[in-house]
Amino acid sequence: MTTHQPISFWGGVDSEKGIINDPRHELFGESIVGKVLAFPYGKGSTGTSMVVLELVRAKKAPAALVQIEVDPLLVSGPIICKHFYNETIPVVTVRHKDFPLLKTGLQAVVDGTKGEIVLSG
Amino acid sequence: MYLTDREKEMLDGKDGEAVRMAMSILADIGDAVEAQEMTEIIHVHTDSGFYLGDAGLEFVEHLAELEGQVSVPTTMNNTSFDLERGISYGVSQDLFDKIKRIEKAHLKMGAIPTWTCAPHQDGIVPRFGSHVPWSESNAIAFVNSVIGARTNRTGDLIDICSALTGRYPKFGLYLDENRKAEVLIKCENLAENILTDPSFYPLLGYLAGHKAGNKVIAIEGIPKTVSVDSLKGLGAAGASSGSVALFHVIGVTPEAHTRVMCLKEQSPRDAIVVTPEMIKAMEEKLWTTAEERIDWVGFGCPHFSFSEFEEPAGLIQGQQVHKSVEVTVFTSRNIHTWIKQLGILKILKDAGIKIFTDGCLLLYPQKMSHTGTMMTNSGKGGQLHLFSSRAEGRLWQYQRLRGFGHRGKDYTQRFSMAKVIK
Repeated sequence: MTTHQPISFWGGVDSEKGIINDPRHELFGESIVGKVLAFPYGKGSTGTSMVVLELVRAKKAPAALVQIEVDPLLVSGPIICKHFYNETIPVVTVRHKDFPLLKTGLQAVVDGTKGEIVLSG
Repeated sequence: MYLTDREKEMLDGKDGEAVRMAMSILADIGDAVEAQEMTEIIHVHTDSGFYLGDAGLEFVEHLAELEGQVSVPTTMNNTSFDLERGISYGVSQDLFDKIKRIEKAHLKMGAIPTWTCAPHQDGIVPRFGSHVPWSESNAIAFVNSVIGARTNRTGDLIDICSALTGRYPKFGLYLDENRKAEVLIKCENLAENILTDPSFYPLLGYLAGHKAGNKVIAIEGIPKTVSVDSLKGLGAAGASSGSVALFHVIGVTPEAHTRVMCLKEQSPRDAIVVTPEMIKAMEEKLWTTAEERIDWVGFGCPHFSFSEFEEPAGLIQGQQVHKSVEVTVFTSRNIHTWIKQLGILKILKDAGIKIFTDGCLLLYPQKMSHTGTMMTNSGKGGQLHLFSSRAEGRLWQYQRLRGFGHRGKDYTQRFSMAKVIK
């Protein structure tokens, strides 16, 4: 699932349902549960990490996060998950020019260790 | 990243399991952002006490059960309740109980129960140049910009990890080279009556956040007499319309005695020259209702300072807020004590104004079960109400919320207060 708009997890994502709930966002109402979610960068509150952690606890987390810039607030959630819930959400970055290759509906296999995304379909 | 022997000991569990987990998390973040090393910190302002779901609660309880102890003074951000006096303003007992558990865990770890989003107003001010992982966007902007201590936009829960270890990965705004402004905002053409109007500063912050996003900004042309409250309001608005974490005010803030000191390039190509029309346009964006009727007036986002209390007290003394209007003010426990001792609290209470500590204006309308219009002097409050109210499934909608009060009048707070007096 790809968007060219940044995502604010705090206030912009319903952590109980795993749904984008910011009415000004183009993905408003869409579920991010189990998706490889690609967006250019995160925005918004320092509560981002807690929201991502809550998505994991509620089993409503995306499968992986893909961004253009490394966002320390956004990687914090998955890193705490790894150490606290022993669950992994890969976070990878792509170059700006490669971002348009990521299209909603494609299958994506994300390897966070290698920093690799394999697209198909 | 490079870790000192001491840091490796923490990672190996020599300081206990809580410190081991906290250091593991910080080391992973350092690797993710390609930090070279950790930095030693002297203070933390933590938002780990904010309830955003059971995951955060479980995490802090886990650290407390593992005998985690803060290693530097650690102040706590606001929460969703008036905890001190047990006033829940209508939020569920279930949530209240959970926040009490969060409080217990933090107190066990030795955090200071300040419960405020503006700890500097309680006199907690780290020294210039020190490294202080702070959470809470308005406080981050304030401490970086006005005090000149250094913090990134620290993530909730990462802050408590830093408190337990006394470390934070050294990257971003901890490094000299990242503290120079890339965006120059020029205010020198604005008339004095604008520059001395407190309602101008949240609007300027709102504008700056829109223009600068997450870049460091420098603002030129602000009078040296600008109040600390105005700078607080500017930062809060900029941190919520954009991700402003550091703004230099040339000739005012400590890393910006001169232009040369704080700009990355001495003549930025796209300097923004602020006009009264631009400020008016920002005000219109925040003014989202045609309703004349006001249901609620909210002050204290960020928490009201002592000096901010003085003016409304003077204006409303001996009068009553209209019965159809709710007026709420949020502040810290310390400031509440001060205004009580000076009689200000009584004046405001007698007028029908509700004063809360610990809690947050943004979470207050959970109590409301109807739609309505709100008036606030806060650029942050005006923007963020949509989110918090929707998250709670209430009917407050952005279209119905009113941003700034004056619409061409000369003083926001005076007008706001005047409108609600019978």
